[in-house]
Amino acid sequence: MPRPPSAPAPQAEPVREVPPAPAPTPPVKPGVPEAPRGVAAIGKSVIIKGQILSREDLYLDGEMEGTVEVPDHRLTIGPHAKLVASIRAREVVVLGAVNGNVEASEKIDLRKDAKLVGDIKTGGIIIEDGAYFKGSIDIVKVGESARPAAAVRPVQQSALSGPSPLVGTMSTDPKY
Amino acid sequence: MNDRWKPLTRADPSGGSRLAQYPPSQRPAQASVRGLEHKGGNDPTIYTRHSNGLEQFFGQIQTEPGLRILDLSGASQANIAFITSLGHKLYSEDLLQSLDLAFGDGDFYANQAAPARIEAFLEQSLNFPEDHFDGVLAWDVIEYLAPALLKATVDRLSRILKPRSYLLAMFHAEERADPVPEYYYRIFDSSTLLLSFRQVRRPAQFFNNRAVEKLFQSFESVKFFLTRDALREVIAKR
Repeated sequence: MPRPPSAPAPQAEPVREVPPAPAPTPPVKPGVPEAPRGVAAIGKSVIIKGQILSREDLYLDGEMEGTVEVPDHRLTIGPHAKLVASIRAREVVVLGAVNGNVEASEKIDLRKDAKLVGDIKTGGIIIEDGAYFKGSIDIVKVGESARPAAAVRPVQQSALSGPSPLVGTMSTDPKY
Repeated sequence: MNDRWKPLTRADPSGGSRLAQYPPSQRPAQASVRGLEHKGGNDPTIYTRHSNGLEQFFGQIQTEPGLRILDLSGASQANIAFITSLGHKLYSEDLLQSLDLAFGDGDFYANQAAPARIEAFLEQSLNFPEDHFDGVLAWDVIEYLAPALLKATVDRLSRILKPRSYLLAMFHAEERADPVPEYYYRIFDSSTLLLSFRQVRRPAQFFNNRAVEKLFQSFESVKFFLTRDALREVIAKR
């Protein structure tokens, strides 16, 4: 008995790659920058007591007591940050709370909702409406504010509290 | 409309080119001017005002750079830019906000009678060395001080001012204790202010000229500037 022609074997359909569903992204508050990629970042749950020295841009969003030095780069103080610290940097952007003196050789930028209590010495300043500032402002010419790192005095106040703070010195200098 | 209260627009030849320094939402071109009346709404209202007192204040201190100026209206880009461009060092304090923080729980003016609170407020807000400042821009904040706090604050201001330096203050002219608009005072140029509406508050008391003279009796002299609107300007020389 002749066999019926065999039906062509069904060809397997090519496997389609289904793109994964995009993960839901948490809503980002407009105007609140997150730590940019490639920038050294200290998150909002980190507590530091001591000294930070960075030789690259730094994003600091945690609690800090001591001194922060970013002599040739930008320091961004995030919206969750609470600093009781002396700060020295080329450029400082403040979105959180700072209690201490700030020296920014190039400029300081106080964004809306920033709170800064302390004296400012800088080449230029930008204050958005809504920012709170209490202290003195000394505009200095570029180069005039450059001083050795030892000249930045540590803050003696101890206003931060929290469990097991990191105590010591921290550096983001790649050569360390 | 009072000619001292005029809208500043982009077409204003005297100042239009400087509008770029203000955020778009606050450019005076958006302001609707009805004298001192605030019409509400979401847009902040800004008024421009010629100020002879301000002109005289900076006329007196402009002679030499490097002076210390205390601004009690809070930090603003305009005031920082203007004062530091003259070569002076600016000290910024938002005294009205500090008043609210210190006395705002309950009866605002009754709280200002408590000696301990007065002392704490002065330590927090006006804790400066004696003879520290070459000028104080007090704006209208003095009107919101009840008698006990008023005396203590003026004494403190007198103490932190250097001899022969100046204090600029403003007082509403209405003889009723109705609520009046509070403003942020922003310096547009040496004789022009931008007043940005803040809130409405009832002054602690009405100051006639005699009361103002008495208030600054420890100062060397008091000079009044007559205006055609509801805000009197006073310069007191320490």
